[in-house]
Amino acid sequence: MAAHRCSFSAVLFALWGLSLLTVARGQEATLEGNDRTAVVDNPESVAGAAEQAAGQPAAEDRRWEATAVEEVSPTEAGGGSDSPAPKPAASPPSVPRPKDDFQEELVIRPLHSGDIYTSFQFRTLWETDFTRENKVSHYRLFPKSLGQVISKFSVRELHISFTQGYWRTMQWGQPYLPSPPGAELWVWFQDSLTDVDGTWKELTNVLSGIFCASLNFIDSTNTVQPSASFKPLGIGNVTDHRFLRYATLPREIVCTENLTPWKKLLPCGSKAGLAVLLKSEKLFHSSFHSQAVHIRPVCKDDQCKTTSWELRQTLNVVFDLHNSGQGKNEWSLFKMFSRTLTEACPVASSSKIYIDITDNSQGEQFELSPATPLLSQAVVLGDRRTFSVYDLTQQITFGTMRSLNLLIRGKSSQGDMLRPLLHAERYVAGYGLQTGEIHTLMYNNHPYRSFPVLLLDSVPWYLRLYIHTLTVTSKGKDNKPSYIHYQPSKDRVRPHLLEMLVQLPPNSVTEVTLQFERALLKWTEYTPDPNHGFYVGSSVISSLVPSIVAMDTNNSRERPLFSSFFPSKEESSYFVRVYTEPLLVNLPTPDFSMPYNVICLTCTVVAVGYGSLYNLLTRSFQIEEPSPGLAKRIANIIRKMRGVPPL
Amino acid sequence: MGLLSDPNRRRALISLLTRLNTPICIVCYMAGVAWFMGLAFEPFTLRTYMSENAMGSTMVEERFPAGERALATGREFSAHKKRTGGMPVEWLMKTMQAKGLEVFTQRFSRTLPFPDENKERYMVRGTNVYGILRAPRAPRTEALVLSAPCSPGDNNNQAVGLLLGLAEYFRNQIYWAKDIIFLVNEHDLIGMQAWLEGYHHTNTTGTFCHSRGGSIQAALSLELSSDIITSLDLVLEGLNGQLPNLDLANLFYAFCQKIGVLCTIQGKLQRNDWDSVSGYSHAVQTMMLMVMKQASGRPWGDHGLFLRYHIEAATIKGVNSFRQYKTDATTIGRLLEGMYRKLNNLLERLHQSYFFYLMPSLSHFVSIGYYMPAFGLLAVILLLRALDLWVQLSTPPQRTEDGVTDIEPVRGVLSLLTPLVISHLTGVALYMLPIRFQEMAVEHFPVSETEAVVLTAIAVYTAGLALPHNTHRLLSGEGTEQGWRVLKLVAVLYLAVLLGCTALINFSLGFILALTLVPVAAFVTPHVPKVLSAFILVILSPACTLLFSVFFFQELQEMPISFQDGWLLFLSVISQGILDHSLYGSLVYPLITLLVYPCWLLFWNILFWN
Repeated sequence: MAAHRCSFSAVLFALWGLSLLTVARGQEATLEGNDRTAVVDNPESVAGAAEQAAGQPAAEDRRWEATAVEEVSPTEAGGGSDSPAPKPAASPPSVPRPKDDFQEELVIRPLHSGDIYTSFQFRTLWETDFTRENKVSHYRLFPKSLGQVISKFSVRELHISFTQGYWRTMQWGQPYLPSPPGAELWVWFQDSLTDVDGTWKELTNVLSGIFCASLNFIDSTNTVQPSASFKPLGIGNVTDHRFLRYATLPREIVCTENLTPWKKLLPCGSKAGLAVLLKSEKLFHSSFHSQAVHIRPVCKDDQCKTTSWELRQTLNVVFDLHNSGQGKNEWSLFKMFSRTLTEACPVASSSKIYIDITDNSQGEQFELSPATPLLSQAVVLGDRRTFSVYDLTQQITFGTMRSLNLLIRGKSSQGDMLRPLLHAERYVAGYGLQTGEIHTLMYNNHPYRSFPVLLLDSVPWYLRLYIHTLTVTSKGKDNKPSYIHYQPSKDRVRPHLLEMLVQLPPNSVTEVTLQFERALLKWTEYTPDPNHGFYVGSSVISSLVPSIVAMDTNNSRERPLFSSFFPSKEESSYFVRVYTEPLLVNLPTPDFSMPYNVICLTCTVVAVGYGSLYNLLTRSFQIEEPSPGLAKRIANIIRKMRGVPPL
Repeated sequence: MGLLSDPNRRRALISLLTRLNTPICIVCYMAGVAWFMGLAFEPFTLRTYMSENAMGSTMVEERFPAGERALATGREFSAHKKRTGGMPVEWLMKTMQAKGLEVFTQRFSRTLPFPDENKERYMVRGTNVYGILRAPRAPRTEALVLSAPCSPGDNNNQAVGLLLGLAEYFRNQIYWAKDIIFLVNEHDLIGMQAWLEGYHHTNTTGTFCHSRGGSIQAALSLELSSDIITSLDLVLEGLNGQLPNLDLANLFYAFCQKIGVLCTIQGKLQRNDWDSVSGYSHAVQTMMLMVMKQASGRPWGDHGLFLRYHIEAATIKGVNSFRQYKTDATTIGRLLEGMYRKLNNLLERLHQSYFFYLMPSLSHFVSIGYYMPAFGLLAVILLLRALDLWVQLSTPPQRTEDGVTDIEPVRGVLSLLTPLVISHLTGVALYMLPIRFQEMAVEHFPVSETEAVVLTAIAVYTAGLALPHNTHRLLSGEGTEQGWRVLKLVAVLYLAVLLGCTALINFSLGFILALTLVPVAAFVTPHVPKVLSAFILVILSPACTLLFSVFFFQELQEMPISFQDGWLLFLSVISQGILDHSLYGSLVYPLITLLVYPCWLLFWNILFWN
């Protein structure tokens, strides 16, 4: 991306454009360039890629799946540019017959560390319009509870994720769908909405009920409106961030009670298809668990005449090699989920299992059984990956046993760390309960290219940030951010919001430091466990990272020469969002177990000590004349009347 | 307090206090000492109890099986240590990685202000290795630390072996809610200091840590030098006399009871015969050892530096003596496993129990509310003397003529200023000179750097005795009666504030200083016999207090030494104090040199007023 010298608005716009394209498409997406004119996907390049791969001697018997059809997405047609002007929800041409579609898939990726990453995606598409006057009343595949939420609260886009654990980028690489620890919710509202804050409050309460989570704790003190980091992923050209709300609850603990309502949104529930694998006793016996729901409007076809709503439910789990294998690197569906697959979901139009075999083209890392002849290739996170595909809609997949139990036998696992191109960490420095410093480290491990990142920090008000102490340094030199959006906090009303566009030099660590002071809360504002500390949500780093495919243009990998001179545009960079770890910060905490002692002591000190001392210091002492007796007083009166001086 | 507002009754009270001042002071002193000695008497103390609910009621099972394997790892570690002649960084990294930890290293280097002869080091260069066991579903917000030092020679190999064994065992458990950091630190406290500074980015030395586990909740440091031990000793005293929360000691005690391991504190077993004389004196010994260690202000184990960061920490030492009762590594492993599981259950930082306490035995403690009166009784003597002086000062001017009273206060203040300034300058010289002039001293005298520093300190200290009492007479001629009273009033109040503040931070140090300095402050005037008083004053000066403490400490540890050895130990203690200050920021050395010593010089000055 050649935007180093552009004005920052152009960069922002480009970022927005790419975020539309890339995150949305998940692991399958063929990534578009950042150029505003590049709109429609070009099937040639995919075909070309397929040709190249087919040219390799290893894959004679294998069949290539026709992925090109799937790659073409209506999103790109509308989302890539403003010019086609996606039709606002004004007047549908006629009342359409409810056309809906359900797809399910599971991606399994053996990770570098020997752990195994499984990612479920369930997509429901429905060509309907929730915003028109007459209510949508007939639901088939799309869950009614969410449909009603969309129409009642004028939601244009909704993204919600619940995560337990932290994604270990250094060991696992990049996830398909990043999410921060705890709960994250961000919503774009329709621009026709007037009372956004009120709607947001109601919406969080309703979602709290739907997902059995404490989303009702989202209020104005932890809600922000990021100006650049979160752009709509669906169609639509409104990017006014007044209609965006973003909040995280880093403390939210995710458990079965959140999984059950999530499963109920699926058309087949957990009765059939891939969802039978979702048994909570196994899913929560893992190193990482993340479930999410994404709702957005997408184009129905290339011309984008009609829009449809897409509901994407994702669930990502990383199973720990050590915990369940005693070092034996052997995985099967049964071992991971304690279930095997017997059928696809009957209403699903497509039901597939993908297994990432890129590092395993010769079977040197692991072996897979039963073998499948079907292969697929996609560019995921800037890297061209090859997958074995199992199509559950084909009876032959299940074999004679009538059940599919995939078995992966690993050969070895390395314990050393990866060097992902972009990764970040954050911590609190210093000691004591008065001040502190937040350090955010961003690593650019690309050997020769620098790229810009957008850093979003939302810090609760009780950490009073000293914004004048903000420093951004890379390689020992000051690195001036080209764009800073800072919204100061208001005590008990809203958090700090800091957004920066920072250029990361190649092969460097960029450090952002910011000092803060810890506020003393009112005694009713402390949580029931104040000595645990207070959480600060993850910072969000969004970036376009130069892809690995683009990196090895002069690599020795066997490719036709004619295809490898110019790095092909759609692969040159890809969108990555990295979440740092949340922070746990101790605030000055009174000793709540001793209010009685404190009251007694203070009262005593004030009454006895201070009172008497103050009394002594301020009182003026006079020698008091003893009052004369009655007889003397009468005598004095008489003497006064006589004009004689008194006694 | 109508008592004070009423001038008649006030006068009566004051005259009572001034008339009976000396007897009251003596009674207070006796009562203070008696109160303190009473603290060790068991019926006067409280039994320890677990205050933290999260650790108290929850049940954990200890299942650590692999003690023998851990010892084998320890032997392997020792072989690699011998081969590399230091920390086997490569081997440790590989081993920790194989056990499924995220492994990082931290390099550090430090140059001491002068060579440390006890540990034979000057330019220190080393590497810390730490592995982080990530809690399965926690987002890196909280951590626990288990550390073992990589000591020279054959020490602590078993500790490192057990640490690695526990790491392997812990890695296969799923119940961790906090990250656990396994740290092997080189050059004991210097390495620990570098690591903590790197972790919290308060850095002056060494590099930063590469990865973290959030805020550290608790830490244990393990010292183990034999395969089989007879008892475990708990060390609590940290930097500047800071102590961890009492619940940590309770946790250790509870698990020792549960698993059946002999446990000691200050190396002393607990005795049940509190009503016998020997039982009582045993408790006094244990408590006095704790007081002496706390007063020294230095970290008595690797845990000592954690306390500054508000991390509750303790050192557990394995002791192998000639007792019959033996404990193997598996049992120690189970004990540690139990402790870590309970710490893992913590919902909040340890805060429920006491932070200020003394322990006459592992099962009994004296809280701040019980021991503070002992110090209060000593401190009140100073206030009584100050009151007495104030009354004496305020009464005479009424009797003298007006012309005299106008001039007196001015000269009083002037004559006050010079000794104050001079004694404090002497203090500053004592603080600065030893390290500044070590090179010059080494050039001119046949001594090593360390000796040069210590001897310079002693020389400055003694020179200070000669300086101030001469100067003020040169300046203002004969000292007046009024003058020394004002000076003594100021000095007494100064000492009261100083000791009060010290006792709040480090009770033991405050109490020991009060024991020796309060009599000095109480009795010294220009009118007492000069030679005898000067002798007493020197005996009760801070340096002599330190010398006696050294002998007393050796006596308490049942390792009495000859005067010659005691003197050498005294010299090394001084050098250690200076080193502790410049390396870890211990406050005892600056406190003594910059505040206590000048204050004592003021009293010396009063003695030689005329």
